[in-house]
Amino acid sequence: MELLRFITCGSVDDGKSTLIGRLLYESKLLYADHLAALEADSKRVGTCGGELDFALLVDGLAAEREQGITIDVAYRFFATEARRFIVADTPGHEQYTRNMVTGASTAEAAVILLDARKGVLSQTRRHARIVSLLGIRHVALAVNKLDLAGYSRETFDSVVAQFTEFAAELDFAEITCVPMSATEGVNVVGHSELTPWYDGPTLLQWLETVETDPRRDGPSRFLVQWVNRPDSTFRGLSGRVLRGTLRRDETVRIGERTTTVDRIVTMDGDLTDAPTGSSVTVVLADDVDASRGDVLAAASDPPGIADSFQAHLVWLNEAGLLPGRQYLAKIGARTVGFTATKALQLNEIGVDKVHFDAPVPFESYRTSRDLGSFVVLDRLTNATVGAGMINFALGPANVHWQNVTVDKQARIERNDHRPCVVWLTGLSGAGKSTIADLVEKALHAEGRHTFLLDGDNIRHGLNSDLGFTDADRVENIRRIAEVAALMVDAGLIVLVSFISPFRAERALARSLVGENEFCEVFVDTPLEVAERRDPKGLYRKARRGELANFTGIDSPYEPPENPEVRLDTTALSPEAAAAAVVAKLRALGVC
Amino acid sequence: MDHLDRLEADSVDIFREAVAESERPVLLYSIGKDSSVLLHLARKAFYPSKPPFPLLHVDTTWKFREMIAFRDRTAAELGLELIVHRNPDCVAMGINPFDHGSARHTDLWKTQGLRQALDEHRFDVAFGGARRDEEASRAKERVFSFRTAQHQWDPKNQRPELWRLYNTRVAPGESIRVFPLSNWTELDVWRYVERERIPVVPLYFAAPRPVVDRDGMLIMVDDDRMPLHEEPRQELVRFRTLGCYPLTGAVRSEARTVAEIVEEMRTATTSERQGRAIDHDQSGSMERKKREGYF
Repeated sequence: MELLRFITCGSVDDGKSTLIGRLLYESKLLYADHLAALEADSKRVGTCGGELDFALLVDGLAAEREQGITIDVAYRFFATEARRFIVADTPGHEQYTRNMVTGASTAEAAVILLDARKGVLSQTRRHARIVSLLGIRHVALAVNKLDLAGYSRETFDSVVAQFTEFAAELDFAEITCVPMSATEGVNVVGHSELTPWYDGPTLLQWLETVETDPRRDGPSRFLVQWVNRPDSTFRGLSGRVLRGTLRRDETVRIGERTTTVDRIVTMDGDLTDAPTGSSVTVVLADDVDASRGDVLAAASDPPGIADSFQAHLVWLNEAGLLPGRQYLAKIGARTVGFTATKALQLNEIGVDKVHFDAPVPFESYRTSRDLGSFVVLDRLTNATVGAGMINFALGPANVHWQNVTVDKQARIERNDHRPCVVWLTGLSGAGKSTIADLVEKALHAEGRHTFLLDGDNIRHGLNSDLGFTDADRVENIRRIAEVAALMVDAGLIVLVSFISPFRAERALARSLVGENEFCEVFVDTPLEVAERRDPKGLYRKARRGELANFTGIDSPYEPPENPEVRLDTTALSPEAAAAAVVAKLRALGVC
Repeated sequence: MDHLDRLEADSVDIFREAVAESERPVLLYSIGKDSSVLLHLARKAFYPSKPPFPLLHVDTTWKFREMIAFRDRTAAELGLELIVHRNPDCVAMGINPFDHGSARHTDLWKTQGLRQALDEHRFDVAFGGARRDEEASRAKERVFSFRTAQHQWDPKNQRPELWRLYNTRVAPGESIRVFPLSNWTELDVWRYVERERIPVVPLYFAAPRPVVDRDGMLIMVDDDRMPLHEEPRQELVRFRTLGCYPLTGAVRSEARTVAEIVEEMRTATTSERQGRAIDHDQSGSMERKKREGYF
């Protein structure tokens, strides 16, 4: 027997809980004591005038019964001769969108309910979008409460037309529309004489036959959860086959290493192959270093490894997402540092550039729910605050690193000084370029190898295609950070003079180079001072509205929290400021 | 893979995640069929290693004698560490279901006893055999269910649980209850017991047993501590769930094998917890007990 996991969703009062209660009742899966409790509860707190109120079966929490609403995901189980079902009943209230996302994340099919009289509402569209975003491709639209619309075929057809037109932009493989009354049991299990014009499947027939997860084929992926070492003679990797079939003697890649599968161990004996979804223990032919979070993959087609991604994010917490804030992300079997670049509020969904503080094996969410999804955790409260789905990697995900002989260390020895990024951040007109120029002059005079990357100059060339939106600012800094990191590899002391308003990008720049190779210099000039100086006349233009997204005016600046150097330009001369930077570089052992 | 294979693989996955990400896990072993399945899955999850955690039984001194014998035999045969905790306050006060009522008996022995044991050993993850199909409030509980340092469950403020990405992070003193059988039903459990030939306490199988009527339930007289005003009669009965013998109702049944139980299940008209006195105080009573730390 197969297992199907599906969700029900729809607007408030569209009758989701009633539908599930009805499915349980009609499939004869309600026990007598449950039914007796239901009868008593229906009389006491029911909303059906003493008739059986099926919603009470599902709305199990005291608060829900009191308020007559569903406040959390409820999982229900039923089975027919054809299939076994797990249904997540998810609430329609917008403030509980996170629960819908939760329910949808493990579902293979979705039933979207709507009230035939009301048609497609904004909530219906929102839920359909979430269903699509979470990768559910098989959908039934249950046009419910048709009893209250006189079982009108015109009403049904018009609702179906509304929905299919809207859903054309979504990623559904199939939409089956069922005219229904959950309270009356019409077209839930059996066909009804009340809708003689309908010859499609009833809802239960659809659930019994809908196609399930098709992602079983493809190259093998095995996620290592736990290193199994009962004694010195056995070293296995316990984990799960996420995709494809893992075979004995298969050549597999793990990170940069290639080996073969020697044994697939289970308590019931060794296997020759392990199908998608199975939990097994793998013994490798060679004693390669492998640990929790690694992915064993078909050597011919391994997953990418990257640390920066474009991803969909859903925010699940009352405290909104702060750009640049350090969170944790759990992806596969790894938990790593995480930053995002855009603000999100509770229940908001956005597309963002996100950064993990270590490279992780991944696939796009479209390819693999298991390797393409992550949750965001708050470092302080440990709460699960966000959910993410990877669209693609930013940067060279599939380019494996080429080893070279003349490396950074060789250059350090030749140059007689260490490389470093000196990152000057601050408002426009703060004095960054002036100070950077003085620092470079001083270092150059000492015979150090230096280079100065100036924001304005770079925007004339490398970054001439970028504007000043948040997204372009992120990309602007990302490119500079990469260039600076390359120059560090080349052995240079790189002076970067960029406004770089967001902490997250500066954190990214820092993460690209080694420890003690990054010196953040906060050129701290209050807005009113910078605006008074206004060496390029930009503040005046911005104030007149001629420049949009100007940092400090209508675009935020996030000051560094722990810069290596903070320069108060209202108290220091440019020369004194430059001397302070050089002194810090000496203290860091750079020169 | 059929649906039992899939349920098994999911449960094994849950065990491995919890163990890989915790410091001091423990398996709450209550000796029933769900515990038997839980233990079997734990062995599969870590084979050829032994499950890397001890078993904890929160004893009330009122369990069926056959349960205790089965418990000790199981732990010995599998070579697993077994911790038995009996709330010392209850021992001192002689708490029992006859003089103190089922509610107080259960709260003091089980809920308070469990909290004592978890605190004493500083367990940060406790595996339990609860299933979502058992009761309405359980249907909403997470697989990884967070507990405060006071062991409280806040049903309105649960951590969202997406995909198979379980959040195991806790501050010192806080803990996670992990339910690997969340998505199993009673019928799944029995089918799995049958398929895997998992040993269960013989009380699940029909046999002639001495019973009396109490509050609409058939209560088996397991020892001489039960106050009687009548002669127990022999009836062919079995148990669908196991707990404290004075609080656990037997059902009339002829099912003597697992296959016969599965067949009986398919035609059953009442739920398994129907035989548990402690659930019946009022609807919503399980939620209240759970919030206070009951398993």
